[in-house]
Amino acid sequence: MVEVGKIREWLEAVPDPEIPVVSVVDLGILRDAAWHGDELEVTITPTYSGCPAVAVIAHDIEAALHAHGVARVKLTTRLSPPWTTDWLSPQGREKLHGFGIAPPELNAIAPRVHCPHCGSSQTECVSAFGSTPCKALYRCRACREPFDYFKPLR
Amino acid sequence: MTAPFEFCLRLGDTDLILSQRLGEWCGHGPVLEEDLALANVALDLLGQARLWLTLAGEREGCGRSEDQLAYLRDAGAFRNLLLVEQPNGDYAHTMTRQFFFDAWHLPLLETLGSSSDAAIAAIAAKASREAAYHLRRSRDWIIRLGDGTEESHRRMETAIAALWPLTGEMFAADAVDSSVIDLEALRPRWQSEIESTFAHATLAVPSDAWMQHGGKQGVHTEKLGTLLAEMQFLQRAYPGAQW
Repeated sequence: MVEVGKIREWLEAVPDPEIPVVSVVDLGILRDAAWHGDELEVTITPTYSGCPAVAVIAHDIEAALHAHGVARVKLTTRLSPPWTTDWLSPQGREKLHGFGIAPPELNAIAPRVHCPHCGSSQTECVSAFGSTPCKALYRCRACREPFDYFKPLR
Repeated sequence: MTAPFEFCLRLGDTDLILSQRLGEWCGHGPVLEEDLALANVALDLLGQARLWLTLAGEREGCGRSEDQLAYLRDAGAFRNLLLVEQPNGDYAHTMTRQFFFDAWHLPLLETLGSSSDAAIAAIAAKASREAAYHLRRSRDWIIRLGDGTEESHRRMETAIAALWPLTGEMFAADAVDSSVIDLEALRPRWQSEIESTFAHATLAVPSDAWMQHGGKQGVHTEKLGTLLAEMQFLQRAYPGAQW
């Protein structure tokens, strides 16, 4: 029987299908993993209701565990408490930034979004929805580059 | 209190039908960013519809799945609000429909988020965070179009006049609604959202008018039939087909 900590480590190698620099663990959607006899129950909390990646994520988690020799996997979805971008890991935030996506600002009241390319706070929102439902499209007035902003959800 | 099948169905159908309407814009949006935004709002609503319809199927207890409920019912069995089945019209029409809906949807979900029915509360708490983004966006559009050009202002007035009589249904509770939530209690917040946004948008709030009802009881406009004909085509033509 493999320790749960080890399972977490394995799943850190499972990427988000839409933003492959971050793992499902970085995203905070992995809530729990527990053995029931020889069956491993993995509990995940979906991000956006309509996120098309969720089905792929579930499949990828199962495939990764099978590849590590876990024969019986049961995936459970937990809605409450709802997923929030506050669950993104510090490494996940750094990886997003390095990939050119501005991570969610922690001050959601009057967020000043910083450009992931040049760091300027002179940015403007072009569209509240970007290439995926979790991102907004921004433009930097300093370096003129467009970029995605991972919107805070809380 | 456990919410009945019929109540979950109303929420699921309303999200599903509005999602389908918004999806009709895909590839036709006025600018690329708007095309993406409408498709993304449609996607959020579709995801929420799936959660509600799955729950409805469980509550009914006859083994119907979300897919069976979405694809294998005729218009008379749908329980969506009349507002959301209205055709897209021009952009003023689409955004007015969205704004009237969002301004109701957010307080509705926030209220249901503390429901004693744990399944209802979990879905509503999750969905309300998405609904907050939807409202922020549709509110911006109402102001932009209302306080825009003479032409955009005129089109907003036309859209408001056409859709206003369909807003009363959101607050008209029958026994099904009343067993779960006090809809009338949502009205002050909705009304104040409409009033403050319309004030910014230099638009007049219509005075009391005759309100049309029936969607929640299954009495629909003929527009729902054509929407369903398209939405259900594949499953009707090829029963049991899967991706």
